[in-house]
Amino acid sequence: MRDSARGAGGVDRSVAAQLDGLLIALRRGSVNVGGLLVLLAVLIALFSLLIPTTFPRVTTVQAMMFQIPELGLLSLAMAIPLISGGINLAIIATANGAGLLMAWILTAVMPPDAAGTSLALWMAGALVAGLLLCIVVGVVTGLLVAALGVHPILVTLGTMTLLHGFGIYFTRGRTLSGFPDALILVSNETIWGIPISFIIFAIVAVVAHVLLTRTTLGIRIHMIGSNLEATRFSGVDTRRVLVSVYVVSSLLCWLAAIVMMARFNSAGADIAQSYLLITILAAILGGVDPYGGFGRIVGLFVALWILQVIASGFNLMNISPHLALASWGLILLLVMAVKRFAGSLHFGSRARRL
Amino acid sequence: MPRLLSAVFGRTETALAAAIVIAAVIFSLSSPYFLSLPNFVNLIEAYSVTTILAAGVFVVLVSGGIDISFAATASATQYLAAYLATSYGFSAAPALGLAAALGIAMGSINALLTYYLRVVSIIVTIATSSIYYALLIYITNATEIYNLPDWWSNRFAFVRYVTASDDVVKITLPIVVMVAVIVVTQYLMARTRIGRQVYALGGNPEAASRIGINVLGVQLLAYGYLGLLAAVAGFIQASRVHQAVPTAMAGQELNVLAVAILGGASLVGGIGSMGGVVLGVLFLAMLQNGLNLLGVSSYFFGIVIGLAILVSISMTGYAEKHTRRRRVARAS
Repeated sequence: MRDSARGAGGVDRSVAAQLDGLLIALRRGSVNVGGLLVLLAVLIALFSLLIPTTFPRVTTVQAMMFQIPELGLLSLAMAIPLISGGINLAIIATANGAGLLMAWILTAVMPPDAAGTSLALWMAGALVAGLLLCIVVGVVTGLLVAALGVHPILVTLGTMTLLHGFGIYFTRGRTLSGFPDALILVSNETIWGIPISFIIFAIVAVVAHVLLTRTTLGIRIHMIGSNLEATRFSGVDTRRVLVSVYVVSSLLCWLAAIVMMARFNSAGADIAQSYLLITILAAILGGVDPYGGFGRIVGLFVALWILQVIASGFNLMNISPHLALASWGLILLLVMAVKRFAGSLHFGSRARRL
Repeated sequence: MPRLLSAVFGRTETALAAAIVIAAVIFSLSSPYFLSLPNFVNLIEAYSVTTILAAGVFVVLVSGGIDISFAATASATQYLAAYLATSYGFSAAPALGLAAALGIAMGSINALLTYYLRVVSIIVTIATSSIYYALLIYITNATEIYNLPDWWSNRFAFVRYVTASDDVVKITLPIVVMVAVIVVTQYLMARTRIGRQVYALGGNPEAASRIGINVLGVQLLAYGYLGLLAAVAGFIQASRVHQAVPTAMAGQELNVLAVAILGGASLVGGIGSMGGVVLGVLFLAMLQNGLNLLGVSSYFFGIVIGLAILVSISMTGYAEKHTRRRRVARAS
């Protein structure tokens, strides 16, 4: 679809055709979410058969809902740059940076006897400080990507190292802990049985879905992922789109930072490092095209459940969590193989490699 | 002579060389120990493992790919050799031979998956990396092996030299192996047919396959070579710390990648030189060592590396943008 559009006549027509194709793909779902749902159903059925007494239970589902949000928010932060044809290797460093700043305000700056209104104000202040830091990180990253034309892997490798370096320098490798109860609530309390952190994640996922499929910015993010030059020639300010992509990604890191602070009751420069590559794995498993241009939040959402079902199922069966990680890798390769050999129409004809 | 220099070093390399000279002058003025022979030799030895890995990553980057599973490969091969040597009394040659074979096999799996699945190599190697690591930790139970045999853990000095100030300078195995790896990689990439094919593939995969280059073969070479060097690096790393730990290399992936990129290897493929990678390592090593000698907190070093990466890619990005504009202008 896209390739034929590229060959067609004038710039206007080709862009229009490309946009049409893109819109159709967005509505219909260029990614086969159905296949992922089948995989999820098979896994659930399998674990329910293997461990009928512990797996198909409300408490198990609730436990999974407690665990999904942090990886989920970080995966969203990874998926949006991936769809734009980039990547953000600095998501963990950004989340930890924001977490440290907020933790520092809450533990060192705020008077320990703060309560009531003053506590609420201090907490709001800490959250705003973290938010501002993430916006600055996002703007700087976006500007570097846009202005230099260097691949975002390199730019975000640099920002990642820098942010992590600042974190290590200011904390000397220590962690900060001891936050107000109101913050801990985020990852401990439930509403109608659903963890608050999961509700936050679900709302954010819906907002991200709407942003990507129903707004001008969302369409443009897909467009620059498909073809940055063509998008620029069609009159879109691609620099602005790139800056927005990394600001949105960093804002998601801010939310992830809050959830992680609440969950671990601590903040540090080295927390959750192992999540970085897993967020890429989750996004790609969810059908985000590693070349950019395609990907749906629904797919990512299902993929996160697949990963969590495997992790929880293995855990309940007393199988080593390391084997769960190995099977995540295997599942990704399997899904890629199925896509390659069954859906080669979509993924087969591209020679670009990274 | 200038032409020779520019043939050896491209633009990034020149800038790096200049930065190294400037840093060396500043550091040697502020600390007399900086330019001493013992300091230099210690520095090289400390960075030997990084350099060996960076040489392999450099080859894969030139071929147009990325591999981040090499840390898992290095840990797995290191553990295999240590296990065979301690539990079954294998001598050096068979233990290291099997480790090298395992490294090549693990690298080749990446090449085969990248080629047949037609997926970007970073995705493939993220998947294989998590599989390799998870299986390694699962099989080994994350237990360390301390009692490495003598042929492995003895610090053997090829050259022993006592300076005027009574400091002992030893040229040890890590340094010798590192130099050998640099020479072999340089020869492979610059002087052999297959090395030039790696550049051709990275520069333009479509054109490379149309002129009859065996794409799978070149990829097998690149990833297999990295796997082999990962095994070498694993061996050297264990010989320096006298133990084999399954998680020894965890988290090194992006650091080594950063070093190779700092040295001018491009993610797009087809660009870069072994000399550049060596300069990149040298630059980082000197910065760390110099700042240490100046009494700057070692906690500060991450910030310095981050800034170095950002400055370096800004410079190459700026230069590339200008050449690209010229190319676009010519084409239209």
